[in-house]
Amino acid sequence: MNIKVNGTPRVVEEEATLHSLVPSARGVAVALNGAVVPAAAWHDTRLSENDAVEVVTAHQGG
Amino acid sequence: MRVAGIDLPGRLWIGTGGLTSTSLVGEIVEAARPGLVTVSVRRTSDTERGGLLDMLRALGVRILPNTAGCLSAREAVLTAQLAREALETDWVKLEVIGDETSLMPDAVELLDAAETLVRQGFTVLPYTSADPVLARRLVDVGCAAVMPLGSPIGTGRGLDDPRAIEAVRAAVAVPVVLDAGIGTASDAALAMELGCDAVLAATAITRADRPAQMAAALRAAVGAGEMARRAGRIPRLTTARASSPMAGRVGT
Repeated sequence: MNIKVNGTPRVVEEEATLHSLVPSARGVAVALNGAVVPAAAWHDTRLSENDAVEVVTAHQGG
Repeated sequence: MRVAGIDLPGRLWIGTGGLTSTSLVGEIVEAARPGLVTVSVRRTSDTERGGLLDMLRALGVRILPNTAGCLSAREAVLTAQLAREALETDWVKLEVIGDETSLMPDAVELLDAAETLVRQGFTVLPYTSADPVLARRLVDVGCAAVMPLGSPIGTGRGLDDPRAIEAVRAAVAVPVVLDAGIGTASDAALAMELGCDAVLAATAITRADRPAQMAAALRAAVGAGEMARRAGRIPRLTTARASSPMAGRVGT
């Protein structure tokens, strides 16, 4: 199944969840198709064809 | 100083933007002893993942995520929500810019985003134009502080319009944090003399030849400006006024 992670195309298994994509929630957050998904829900969030996943963390900034 | 009921340990706030190396953070924080430290929220990359955040957490400083680069309320709200998840803080320095050239705040989108985020339980510190009317509107929707710009981001020009900063100070009862445009120590001192509660500096420090030394200078300047304001400066006069007595001069 084809999805995008941080704008880059990626192929993942049919049963893939957000947790399989982002194993650790430490210092990161995830948005699925423009909506935040809390870390507690990653295990139960199945990915679908053409999903857009954003994984973010702290970078330098003013 | 207190923001939203939280005591912050310093009136100099620092940004990590423009750092040439994350390894400088320790010495800059040590020199600045900042009230808090700002970060941006960006896509993870394998190389940078976690480094800065781990370092700041080890230093024990309060982290304030920003929404830098957001061009709409929608983008800024999503970025703030992601920051809350990633960094476990509901504080956000809200930035919504109108375009990527001027980097000036988009007042309409900013107010919209501020209102939405306050409703969602965020402590919102908006980066704003130095406009007393907008500042009051931001406070009316529940912002915990206002952060007027001294001059455009990254210009290092200091305070283009000191009277506008004074007007913002007079317009609101929440903390006023001078944000953007600080170039050197005297800029920070002036902001404090005008009644600001704190000063945020990023590239003034990170792009200085000696970042830790500039951090120390800004810390001293913020302290000096604050002390001078409390001391009560003399009025500016249009004509001279002698300080030595006229009586008893030699030869009269």
